[in-house]
Amino acid sequence: MKKKTRDIFFVFIAAIVIFAVTAIAMVFPSGDDGFITEKAFEGDKEIVLTTAQPVKNVPAAEAFTVFEENDPDIQVHPQSVSVDGKKIHLTFSDRLNQSNAHMVKAPELAEGTGPVATEVSRSYWGFLLSILISALLINNYVFTKYLGLCVFMGTSKRKTTATGMGIVFTIVMLLSAVMSWLANRYILVPFHLDFLQVVVFIGLVSLTVQAVDTILRKVNPILFNAFGVFLVLVIANCIIIAVPLYMASNQYNLIETIMLALGAGGGFLLALYLMSSVRERLELAQIPECFKGLPIAFIVAGQFALAFLGFSGLQIG
Amino acid sequence: MANELSKGQLVARGLLSQNPVFKLALSMCPAVGMSTSIKTGLMLGVAVLFVQVFSSLTISLFKNWIHPRIRIPTYTLTIATWVTVIDLVLSAAFPAAYAEMGIFIKLIVAFAIITMRLEMFACKETVSDSLFDAVGMGLGFMFGMVTIGFVRELLGSGMVFGYDLLGFKPLLFFILPCAGFFVVGLMMAFFNWIEAKYRDAREQKS
Repeated sequence: MKKKTRDIFFVFIAAIVIFAVTAIAMVFPSGDDGFITEKAFEGDKEIVLTTAQPVKNVPAAEAFTVFEENDPDIQVHPQSVSVDGKKIHLTFSDRLNQSNAHMVKAPELAEGTGPVATEVSRSYWGFLLSILISALLINNYVFTKYLGLCVFMGTSKRKTTATGMGIVFTIVMLLSAVMSWLANRYILVPFHLDFLQVVVFIGLVSLTVQAVDTILRKVNPILFNAFGVFLVLVIANCIIIAVPLYMASNQYNLIETIMLALGAGGGFLLALYLMSSVRERLELAQIPECFKGLPIAFIVAGQFALAFLGFSGLQIG
Repeated sequence: MANELSKGQLVARGLLSQNPVFKLALSMCPAVGMSTSIKTGLMLGVAVLFVQVFSSLTISLFKNWIHPRIRIPTYTLTIATWVTVIDLVLSAAFPAAYAEMGIFIKLIVAFAIITMRLEMFACKETVSDSLFDAVGMGLGFMFGMVTIGFVRELLGSGMVFGYDLLGFKPLLFFILPCAGFFVVGLMMAFFNWIEAKYRDAREQKS
C-alpha cells in the first residue's frame, strides 16, 4: 500500500513536470530574423538585441523608434544606446509594458544589411510557465501564503492520506477554477456583478464537489472508497476560493487560469507530501510531551516556510 | 437534542476549553498569516465574530427547512452572503485597514471554524443557544488572534498596539511572515504545558 501511494504521487508530479518541460522547450523558439538573432526584454526598461555580426555604425538614440504593436501612433525613443560587441542595449526612461509586443525600427547597423525592423515580445509560453512555477514553488500557497492550513495539518499524518487529499484537491481545483473563469468572464464582468464574486465562486466549488462526489460514486466505487472522504474537506480549504479571486483580480484568460490552478493544486500536493514524510518520522522521535502532535507540526511547517523563502529570488519568463 | 450548558458556559467554552485557535486548531490560516500585529488580528476577529454570529442565527432559524443532503452547500452559501456583507461594509468604512487585510476578509468564507460550528451546533440547537455559542467562538477566535498578535508585535517590533513600548526590537525574526508558524506552535505547546501542570496538581490533591 505504501509503495502504491508513492507511485501515485510520482506519476502525478511527473505529469506536471513533463507538462512544464514541454512548455520550456517551446519557450526558446528558433527565431531567425536575418541580421537580428535574438531579442528580449531585460529588467523593466531595457531591450537587448543580439546581432549576427558586430555592429559597425552605431546610430544615435533618436534613430531608434519603438512602439507597441497595437498602438503604432505612440512612438518612443530610447534614452541611451550602448553597444557591446554583438549586443545592443536600448535603455528607456519609462517602464515598458512587457505584456504587449513591441516593434523596434532602426537604420542600417552594419554594411549591406539594410534597415532593421523587428518585433520584441515576451514569450507567452514563458509567461504561462512562470505562472505555474510561481504558484508551485515561489508563491506556494501553503508555505508562503499560509492558506489551507487546517486541511494541511489534518491530512498530513500519513503519506497515503496526504497523496489522496492532494490529488483530489488538484482535480477539484482545476474543475472549479475553469467554471469560475467562465462565470466571471461571461456573467459577473458583463453585468457588473463583481461584488457577488465570493458567493458565486464558493457556490461553484460546492457544486463541483457535489458533482464529483455523485459521479465518482456511480462510475468508480473503488476510487470513491479511496478518495471520497477527502471531497468534503476540499470546501474547507481557503486555497480553493483564493485561486478564483486571484484569477479575477489579475484578469487571467482561460489557459492562464488552468496553469494557476495546476500550480496551486500541485503546490498543495507537494507541501502535503513533504510534511507527511516528516510527520511519519516524528512519530518515532522522542519529543517533549507538551510538543506532541500539532505544536511540533507547526514548528516543522515553519522550517519548511523558511526553506521556501529561498525560492523567492527565482526569476522566470 | 437539548443542550445542558448554560448561556455563560457556552460563551466560556468558546473562549477557553474549546478555543478555536489553540484547542480545536480550526482557523490556522489567519492565525499564521494575519497575526503580525494586534490591530490586524482584532479587525479580522471582529469580522469573523460578525460572520459567525449571523450565519449561526440564520442556519438555526431555518434548520427545519434545510434538507440534510444539501446542508453543506447551504451553509457555504449562507456564510458567503454574510462575508460579502462584511466585505462591502469594511471596504467602505475602513478603506486603509481593509487594504492591509487584503484577500483575507473574503477568505473567511472558507474558514473551517464557521462551517464546523454550523454543522456541530447551530443545525441542532435553539436560536438563543446558537447565538451564545457563536459569540463564544467568535470571541475565542478574536482572543487567539490578539494573543498571537501581541506576542509577535512585542517581540518583533517592540511595540504594543502601535505604541513603542520597549524602544528596541528584541527579536526581529518574529515579524517575518513565516514566524507565524513558530509562534503558533510554541504557544500551543505552552498551553498544553499549563494544562498538564494543572491536571497534575489536581490529581495530587485528590
